[in-house]
Parts: sequence; structure tokens; C-alpha cells
Amino acid sequence: MKKKKAAGIDEAKERWERAFAGEPVQEIDFTTVSAEPVEPLYTGDDVAAFDYMRDLGFPGDYPFTRGVYPTMYRGRFWTMRQFSGFGTPRDTNGRYHYLLDHGQTGLSVAFDMPTIMGYDSDHPRAEGEVGRCGVAIDSLRDMEILFDGIDLSKITTSMTINAPASILLAFYLCAGEKKGARFDQMGGTIQNDILKEYIAQKSWIFPPEPSMRLITDILAFCADHVPKWNTISISGYHIREAGSTAVQELAFTLADGFAYVEAGIAAGLDVDVFAPRLSFFFNAHLDFFEEIAKYRAARRIWAKRMREKYGAKDPRSWLCRFHTQTAGCTLTAQQPENNIVRTAFQGLSAVLGGTQSLHTNSMDETLALPSEKAVRIALRTQQLIAHETGVINTIDPLAGSYFVEAKTREMEEQAEAYFRKVDELGGVVKAIEAGFFQREIGRSAYEYQKAVEREKKIVVGVNRFQIEGEKIEIPILKIDPEVEIEQRNAVRKVRADRDNDKAARELARLPEAARGGDNLMKVILDCARCYCTEGEIIDGLKGVFGEYQEPAVF
Amino acid sequence: MARKIRVLIAKPGLDGHDRGAKVVANALRDAGMEVIYTGLHQTPEMIAESAIQEDVDVVGMSILSGAHMTMFPRVMELLKQKGAAYIKIVGGGIVPEEDVGKLEALGVAKVFGPGTDTRNIVDFIEKSCAHTA
Repeated sequence: MKKKKAAGIDEAKERWERAFAGEPVQEIDFTTVSAEPVEPLYTGDDVAAFDYMRDLGFPGDYPFTRGVYPTMYRGRFWTMRQFSGFGTPRDTNGRYHYLLDHGQTGLSVAFDMPTIMGYDSDHPRAEGEVGRCGVAIDSLRDMEILFDGIDLSKITTSMTINAPASILLAFYLCAGEKKGARFDQMGGTIQNDILKEYIAQKSWIFPPEPSMRLITDILAFCADHVPKWNTISISGYHIREAGSTAVQELAFTLADGFAYVEAGIAAGLDVDVFAPRLSFFFNAHLDFFEEIAKYRAARRIWAKRMREKYGAKDPRSWLCRFHTQTAGCTLTAQQPENNIVRTAFQGLSAVLGGTQSLHTNSMDETLALPSEKAVRIALRTQQLIAHETGVINTIDPLAGSYFVEAKTREMEEQAEAYFRKVDELGGVVKAIEAGFFQREIGRSAYEYQKAVEREKKIVVGVNRFQIEGEKIEIPILKIDPEVEIEQRNAVRKVRADRDNDKAARELARLPEAARGGDNLMKVILDCARCYCTEGEIIDGLKGVFGEYQEPAVF
Repeated sequence: MARKIRVLIAKPGLDGHDRGAKVVANALRDAGMEVIYTGLHQTPEMIAESAIQEDVDVVGMSILSGAHMTMFPRVMELLKQKGAAYIKIVGGGIVPEEDVGKLEALGVAKVFGPGTDTRNIVDFIEKSCAHTA
């Protein structure tokens, strides 16, 4: 937009400024949900330094601001992928068939807390938690049941698993293998983003250094054997849910991404061997335009860094491909039906921002795991965006908007300032150890809460438009307490039925491999094949790697 | 001068969602209470032990993994065994309404659901500790 200004435009703008200043405006807070100021009007002056080819380019072309693929949704829609898991593997298998029958196009596994933390279902620390907030998986046997009747060479599966990601990936690959799928046919994602666990989600097992080694082992193993696997889903979602602002989400996520790239390079891998399989996971929060600008800025920052700083030559290494989930933390327990509408706005921002896949939250998620009806409406919300709104007809339809372009630029600059700060602290791991991210996020969360309580920010149904004595009138999914007993018995049966000499031999190899430099994925796969349990494999590694302890501060 | 109300904010169970716990801890501290935060992944035994060692008036537990029906009663039982049943228990997190009723019937003083104004939590704790002040 470096062109001559139209005649009279400056005078017209001044006239408008005078007119605006002379009128009363509402006594409300005109900042974004991240408390960023927004101007009442954006014009060409706000994008005066804008250069189309440098700043935008074309879809599928550097710096990918307009999208990672040339055709975007004309080629194919985003993957409609509802994060789902509860109870036993059999219960969740039923839900997967239900979702696939209703037009879902990919799977996404939610594990229960014991699985996430590396405990078998019969461990004392698992008590009360088995199958509660996700599905319980203890061994290859459970994974076989989870995907019963589903062709793993055809569907792609995302698994939200971090500290024990290598083990759950091994279970998945072995389950596929037993059904006749080859490793190089299977596609999917493991979250495997341990840095954001220390920063925000707080589901860690090992300290940072051995955790990063497990990750680089996965990068190397998948590059050789599972080429269609997305090895890390670098996640801003949880950072945002923990209370960060949009810019913090953007900056901390990309900083984590850079740290993984640097770790891969330091482990001796060629950046173009592993970088094309890195993907991202962002939050779709309330502030519509701020979110769209965030996705666009993420693509541009990643492409530039990967090409300019890390010297990646394969264009696929430059792509910030991402999954999006609508913001669970914005849902309200009050008038839960309103959450359907919030989720629809958020999902729309993700699509306008060019997401590759999407999870839309169910209206009942502040109360329990989603009921079948609630999750169907959530899936239908995506289908409505895809098939009814028309927003998919043209690529990156908000490009060129004075506001969206100015906001995209501003967020990029704010993220760069955070990258400098992290560098000053000695990098991501050092910044984690210093509590930098945790404090930044905690402060933003508390500031937002205070803004809500002062009614500076309005939450419909919570601090405005409440219903006195409201009764919740939606069905709630209940987890049968029998699940825990059933699952405990199941894992004991697995241990009783397997070849225990063989299992013991494979498990005995773990500590040595952990101490040495061999790729741990291979040993873990051998353990998985002979039905060693997750907890047994974790214990084998814990003995060498130790456990992480967070300093408890607020 | 009156003794400050002492509160232990605890995260029982395995989930790592500490946003709510930390926001509430900050709000109680800003309201003039002494707040001790346990950190994550605490067993009921660890929580009961800390509550007694720190000589608190109130334990606030936050749980979002669905294990509340196991964790809350266990902590209360342990406090009773240790002769500390006078410590008030409040809670928050993802707790279905039906379970809120059950927990309050078991003696949890109050379960604060999502969207609670922290000033209501402050008020509730101040009122229920009025006799200790």
C-alpha cells in the first residue's frame, strides 16, 4: 500500500477525528480480551510501511501469512477433530465410532490423568482418577481395544500426551502393526511438547534435560521410520488456558518451537529432516480479530526464523501448520447453552485464521466431560462453518484489512520483544527454571480475573445478564465408578497373561539405554510389543532420569 | 491485633490446572489472609500433613480431573483422624452440581464453581472464621 494518498484523504481524516472527539462514547473498556488497546478506526496510515510481497506473499508461498497451502479450504476443509476420551478403552472406542459416523474426519485421544502422569491404573496414585478426564490406557492391549474396527492406515490420530509420549506412540504403532498397517502408512500427532508442561499445563514426569533427549529420540526415530507422523505439536493452547494473553501465547509457543529446533540441531539432526514434521496447536479465544492476527503472525514469524536463522532449505520446514481448539477457559457454568455461541465465534476465528484442524468445545465442559448430544452440537458447529457460512470460498479473506494487518504486525513485534527477553534469560529452559513464563502467565490470569470482578470485562451470564437461581438443564456425562475396578483388573490380567520372562528382559534394557546414547524409541517399542505396561516403562526410565519438582509459588 | 486467617490452598490429585488455585491464592492474600500454596500433585496425606503443620484455619482444594469424590472425603477423614476436624474445607474446580450436594453433605463447607467472584470466597472464609479472629 505504498501508493500515493487519495486527494483530500488527510483532510477527511481530520474531519472524522474532530467529529469523533466531539461525540460521547460509551463508558466501556475498548481493549482486547488481552487488555491491548484498540483504535476506534484504522486507515492506510496504520499500514504505511506495509509491503505486500514482504509481509504477505501468496497462499502456500513465503512468508505464508495468507496460509500454508495454495488452495487452502478449496483443496480440503480443515480436519474436524474432536478431542475425546473417557472411561475404559471400550467406552471411548464407542464414542469414536459415533463421531466418525457423524462426519468427523480425524481422531483425537484424551487420556486420563494416570496415563498422562505415567501411572498404571492399579497404582495407588491413580485412585479416583481412572477414566475420569480421559481414557485409561495401560498397555498395548488397551490401545488395541481403543481402535477396534478403525483402520489406522487410513485415519489420522492425534494423541494429547507429553511426558510419556514415546510410550503411547509405541503402543499406537504396535496396535497398527498388529492390524496390518505399516509404520510408514500411519499418520497422526503426539503432543510431545514438554516445555509447555513446565510452563503451563504442569503434567511432567522427568526433568527438562532427559525430557528433551526423549524428544530428540522421537524426532530421529520418526524421521527414519514413521515419516507421516507429526512429532511435536508445539502448544500455545495450555499457555492461554493458564491465563496468558494472546501475545504471550504466540511468543511463548514459538519460543518453545525454536528451542526444539535448536535441540534437534544440537543432537546432530539436519533441520530439514525433522522440521517438516513439527506442527503447532493454538487456542481460539474470545477476541475475534486479535485471534486471527495471532495465527497470521505465527505463520510469518515461524517462516522467517526457520529460513533466516536456522537455515532450513526445505519449504516444508518453514510452514507453521496448526491445530486449533476453542478456549475452554471462556466457557461458563452459568447458562451453559451460551457456550455453543461462544464456541462458534471462536471456531470461526480459527477458520478465518487458516487452521489445519479444529476442535470445538462442547457446551457442558465446565461441568463434566461432554455428553453425546453436546459433542454432536460442537461438531455440527464446524460443519455449519464449513458448509453454510461461505467463509471457505476465498482464502484469507481478511488480508488487507487495515486493522487486521496492523494488528498482525503489532503482535509480531510484541512477540519479538519476548524472544529477546527469553534470550537474555539464557533460553527457554533457563527461563522456565527462573519461573519467568509461569509468573508472566500467573500475573495475566489474575489481572483478567480482577478486570472481570471490576466489570471492566463482561462475561455474559457471570457478571452481567445473570439468571437468579438458575437451574442447569443439560444432560451431564457420568463416569461409572466401576470403570476404575474394571481397568485395574484389566491391567493385572495383562501382566498375568503375557510372557513375563520376555517382558522382564525387555524392561531390563531400559535403564542402560537411558544411561547410554541409543535411541530409546526402539527399546520402548520392544517393551510395548511384549505388553509391558506404561507404568513399568516409566519406572525403568525414572530410575535413571529422576523426577521433576516445581517450586510452588503463586 | 487479631491473628490473620491462615489458608492452605492445595492441589490434590494428578491434574496440573493451577490457574484457579493461584488466582484464589492471590485474591485471599490481597484480602489480608496468610496463604500457603502446596504446589501440584499432592496426595491427601500430604495435604492433611501440611494443613496441620501450617496451623491453618481453612483448606481450599482445587481439582479439575474428576477425582473430587475420592480426594475431598479422604482429606477430611485424615484431618479428623489427626484431631483437626475443626479445619474448614472449601473447594473448587470441575465439580458437577450433583456432586457439590454430596460433598457439602459430607461436610465440605462450600464448593465454589467456575465463574465465582473471588470476593465471595473472601467473604465466605472471613464469615466462617469470624470466631477465630
